[in-house]
Amino acid sequence: MSDEDFIRIDRVTKRFGNVVAVDDANLSIRRGEFFSLLGPSGCGKTTLLRMIAGFEFPTQGELYVEGARITDTPPHLRPSNMVFQSYAIFPHLDVFDNIAYGLRRARLKKTELAARVNDALAMIKLEGFGARRVDELSGGQRQRVALARALVCRPKVLLLDEPLGALDKRLRESMQIELRQLQKSVGITFVFVTHDQEEALSMSDRIAVMSSGKILQVAAPRLLYEEPNCREVADFIGTINFFDGKVLAPDTVDAGPIGTVHAATADSPGGKTLVALRPEKIVLAADPVPGAIRGKVIATAYLGERSHYTVAIPGREEPIAVSGQNAEKIVAKGHSPGDTVYLSWADGAAVLLPCD
Amino acid sequence: MRTGAGRGGVGLLAYAIFYLGFLYVPVLFLPLFSFNDSVFITFPIAGFTTQWYRQMLEDSAMLRALANSLEVGAITAVLSTILGLLAAKALTRYRVPGGNALLAFTSLPLFIPDIVLGISILILLNTLGVPLSLITVIAGHSLICVPFAITVLMSRFDGFDKSLEEASLDLGENGWMTFWRVTYPLALPGIISSLLLTFIVSFDEFLIAYFLAGSDATLPIYIWGQLRFPYKLPAVLALGALILVASTILVVIAEWVRSHGMKDRHKMVGA
Repeated sequence: MSDEDFIRIDRVTKRFGNVVAVDDANLSIRRGEFFSLLGPSGCGKTTLLRMIAGFEFPTQGELYVEGARITDTPPHLRPSNMVFQSYAIFPHLDVFDNIAYGLRRARLKKTELAARVNDALAMIKLEGFGARRVDELSGGQRQRVALARALVCRPKVLLLDEPLGALDKRLRESMQIELRQLQKSVGITFVFVTHDQEEALSMSDRIAVMSSGKILQVAAPRLLYEEPNCREVADFIGTINFFDGKVLAPDTVDAGPIGTVHAATADSPGGKTLVALRPEKIVLAADPVPGAIRGKVIATAYLGERSHYTVAIPGREEPIAVSGQNAEKIVAKGHSPGDTVYLSWADGAAVLLPCD
Repeated sequence: MRTGAGRGGVGLLAYAIFYLGFLYVPVLFLPLFSFNDSVFITFPIAGFTTQWYRQMLEDSAMLRALANSLEVGAITAVLSTILGLLAAKALTRYRVPGGNALLAFTSLPLFIPDIVLGISILILLNTLGVPLSLITVIAGHSLICVPFAITVLMSRFDGFDKSLEEASLDLGENGWMTFWRVTYPLALPGIISSLLLTFIVSFDEFLIAYFLAGSDATLPIYIWGQLRFPYKLPAVLALGALILVASTILVVIAEWVRSHGMKDRHKMVGA
């Protein structure tokens, strides 16, 4: 076992009756990394997490943590702890006893138990909250208690099932930063389930994108965004424009209405490919630029720091999404619907994907 | 509009008073006539006496019937609540194949007339050669009490998050300790309700007990037997009045436990 496959998911399939929730998943999670399982609801990410926790057992395949097989190990004997989506704070216990729950079994001395719980309370910045009843806590505080209750057991792996989903936007953003800092300071491997791509991109060391029970791509956030390996990943992470392409030469693709695109391709000349271009890679100009494509603005959306434009180009029915940073103050000017614009992008801005 | 609503309010109030009166005034006759110095249950009241209470305490057959009923009721309540607890947990927490059909099947005794149940169990016991006793009454009562227990406990289990039990397992407790540290305290109000309900159902059940009791009478059977002797009726009223007081106290205690139990536990624990 190396640190590379601290957690190993080996050809795991989970069926519920006729439904395949997880389909032949292979995954290695590194020691100490912040790893996210990202995908739309029903993609199997929570089922995969619950199999690591021990609440579901694989129909096929094996699970290993630190080289030890845990495929059939019941949850109470696994080296992981979980933060539940609903937090699952025990309503009949106060904050102190909730956090101490996993420590009671360890038969610690009373003073040591209290010391560890108080350290945990300090870690989540809820000192003095020990005697509080849980129904006196806010959503954010409950979330912290759930986190402390799991971390106080010093697990090898912390599993988090959409823990920020129930919080409002501002609180969620501050918790994202806090959670990330906490993970770095405790050095525990985090496996984080989310359907929020921005959350996954901003927090994770690496992300596995899942869809219909399959793991589509495992990569660092930057790579996932810039070099998606298939249409589904490109489409799920951010916005993207697709063009049908025909391979002309190993580094040249004919993308129809937007002309030829230069990008490395393994397909042989004559083959079909999919050209994907992110909206923010496209530069809009009001005046003609050599090599640019002429288009017409259909709609604009001003979002403060950036604007979204919908641009129609000749020879293509579907308009193109373009996004531009509002680096300069644009009070009166800017592109308006009906304006003629010129679209251009840097060489290598486009990504070639296999056709499905 | 407001006066219209006011008239409606008066009407509803009158209805509520009449309803409660209809419900409770007959019950209040029980203690009233139990202190009445006459064998006949008629107005006007003849005078105050405690002789019926004395007579009741001296009636060893009646006291034995009472003891039998308490015993049958207590054992039935515990037994059916345990069985109900297991069934309710299985039906709400696990994927049980054919769970709904199973639930409908266990609820069937609620819909079969007790007289039919009583006769069929009697025939079965006779065929098997099982002698009739309080044990057979307990068996029959448990049959009709388990559906009540399941219903009460299932609604309680549905009322709290399944992931609480998963959280306990995740924090290192096995299934048994998870039951004691999480499931049991959270289900306790339901368990108490179930114990009370099944006890009451068993305590005043007549038909099945009548068929299955053999020579040991439960209280309803004994009272039924005494109705032939008018002079024994006032003592029955005295006993009824005492049972009324006891059950009122029981319900008040149960309600108090239910609403205060949780809060008190919170104040006691903590650093």
